[in-house]
Amino acid sequence: MKKILVVLFFVPAIALASEAGYRLDHAPTDPNDMLSLQAGARTFVNYCLNCHGAQFMRYNRLTDIGLTEAQIFNNLVLTDAKVGDTMKVALTAKDGKAMFGAAPPDLSVIARSRSADWLYTYLRTFYRDPKSPTGWNNAVFPQVAMPHALWTLQGERAYGPESVEAKEGDGKGAEGAHGGGHEMKWTQLAPGTQNTVQYDVTVRDLVNFLEYMAEPAASSRKRIGVVVLFFLGILFIFAYALKKEYWKDVH
Amino acid sequence: MASRLMALWDWFDARMPSVAEEFRKHAAEYYAPKNFNFWYFFGALSLIVLVIQIVSGIYLTMNYKPDAALAFGSVEYIMRDVPGGWLIRYIHSTGASAFFVVVYLHMFRGLLYGSYKQPRELVWVFGVLIYLTLMAEAFMGYLLPWGQMSYWGAQVIVNLFATIPMIGPDLALWIRGDYVVGDATLNRFFALHVIAIPLVLLGLVSAHILALHDVGSNNPDGIEIKKKKGPDGHPLDGIPFHPYYTVKDLAGAVVFMMIFCAILFFVPEMGGYFLEYNNFIPADPLKTPTHIAPVWYFTPYYSILRAVPPLFNSQFPGVALFGLSTLILFLLPWLDRGAVKSIRYRGILYKSALAIFTVTFLVLGYLGTEPVTVWGQFGNWMGNADVATVVARIFTVIYFAFFFLMPWYTAIDKCKPEPDRVTM
Repeated sequence: MKKILVVLFFVPAIALASEAGYRLDHAPTDPNDMLSLQAGARTFVNYCLNCHGAQFMRYNRLTDIGLTEAQIFNNLVLTDAKVGDTMKVALTAKDGKAMFGAAPPDLSVIARSRSADWLYTYLRTFYRDPKSPTGWNNAVFPQVAMPHALWTLQGERAYGPESVEAKEGDGKGAEGAHGGGHEMKWTQLAPGTQNTVQYDVTVRDLVNFLEYMAEPAASSRKRIGVVVLFFLGILFIFAYALKKEYWKDVH
Repeated sequence: MASRLMALWDWFDARMPSVAEEFRKHAAEYYAPKNFNFWYFFGALSLIVLVIQIVSGIYLTMNYKPDAALAFGSVEYIMRDVPGGWLIRYIHSTGASAFFVVVYLHMFRGLLYGSYKQPRELVWVFGVLIYLTLMAEAFMGYLLPWGQMSYWGAQVIVNLFATIPMIGPDLALWIRGDYVVGDATLNRFFALHVIAIPLVLLGLVSAHILALHDVGSNNPDGIEIKKKKGPDGHPLDGIPFHPYYTVKDLAGAVVFMMIFCAILFFVPEMGGYFLEYNNFIPADPLKTPTHIAPVWYFTPYYSILRAVPPLFNSQFPGVALFGLSTLILFLLPWLDRGAVKSIRYRGILYKSALAIFTVTFLVLGYLGTEPVTVWGQFGNWMGNADVATVVARIFTVIYFAFFFLMPWYTAIDKCKPEPDRVTM
């Protein structure tokens, strides 16, 4: 009991340092770009949905992003799920833990706990690390249990102090946390099927989709909000006129 | 037809306390001072938010599942699969914060115009009871989404009770119903949140309003309008609550609804203050989040709790001051020895004290949302202490000084003479 309290009081002091440090890039997402959302959905079901589930998201909800149920079923349902099912994954939490050391988290609302910027940067900063069990490490999330799922697209990269011969990589946000004079550099070790620009677009679309999936009602929420505020604006004119009328003889 | 209805009404009225009579007493012939300003909207607004919370809460319970395995998913089910569910959920989550916004402003009004002073002590005491009950209501409600912040926030707060000497650990166990926050805790918090505490709240709100209507409303000049009555027996500076203040509050309510809806529809998370980002991670008893912050409305007190250093290896002093910082509000009517009520006629001492207190409350509130490292550390000369902790300690002292020194500085304060009649 006491220990929990002590931990709770003092953990915040040591926190943050572990994950902070790498400057996050701005994710250029656009919830109204249907093509981007559809591309993101395709990447999601092909690359993420093997290990991560999205157990609160129904496949047929993707009609939101301009697809028909037939299109969804034929192109995006890669398991034996029905189109009205949620995006479950065959990998159990227990197996996931055995395979990676940590169960892959459900991604339904991941964009609400991690920001879009975090996801966008994270998915673009994997690098080869022979010391890690999976052979991969990440600049935003050091010692992450997840290997680089998109590596066939991005290729293999190294991340280390200046001395490593460097040029390729995105350059942006490439300052290391514990710089101490050494500038951290990205190096392309082996090319992927996409160049840097193409890969950034792939990740942008994927993050755009994750953001949509985290709150599918977000677009209609904003649309309804405009109408509601307009209505209240009109109502205020009448309410204020009524108040003025009643109060004109109060001095 | 119309006469039939009237006959039915008369039949009904003859067998009940007269509705018309009650309406006259509390609205049409309740004389309120005519000089209410901006600060006087927040009482009515609190009542509106209470209704919003009750109605939206009832709808949420129709799909919410108070079960540790299902709770998080049922909230997402409401957000996605229940038609309009996201709207109801955001109304309720925005309403929780809005409740505290209007209640804090309502209480600040009391401090500005001395609304707690004689003869309204009981109105204030009922008000503080409402505030404390509301805190319990909000705290228990926050566990229900069963996210990481829900879980660990509840873990921290329940563990505060465990620090009480002797009975502490057993008390915490009794509250939780388990050795850690778990399914049993969720179930009982649900029961308390949806029925027990709301019933208490409704009773207290009625008592608050009945007590107010018995003694009459204060006003920005802090003078008693009942002292100057016209030949008709009504206060010269009073106007019937209905229709004057019903129409005025209606306009104010619309403005409030505009702000409320702007948040609800465009920034429902309010930058992580109304809905914390970590609360979108399902509760995990094995994984302590790196930074646990309560929701913004508790943070001033949380700052005080964190600021007090442990004594004899016990966190109890912090917990005791945390409790005292809220309970001390009850004593306000008896701590204030000022000759006048309103800030308009108070002297420089109370004016400064209130200004400093306001800054103190805001700074403590801000610090409570941040880790103690937020402002870095002092150098060796201060033992490398966290700057934010030291600042929180200073402001904790000021927080209590505002109350404990009040009998002194209000008594010697040089007040200005009050006017005979209210000023518009």
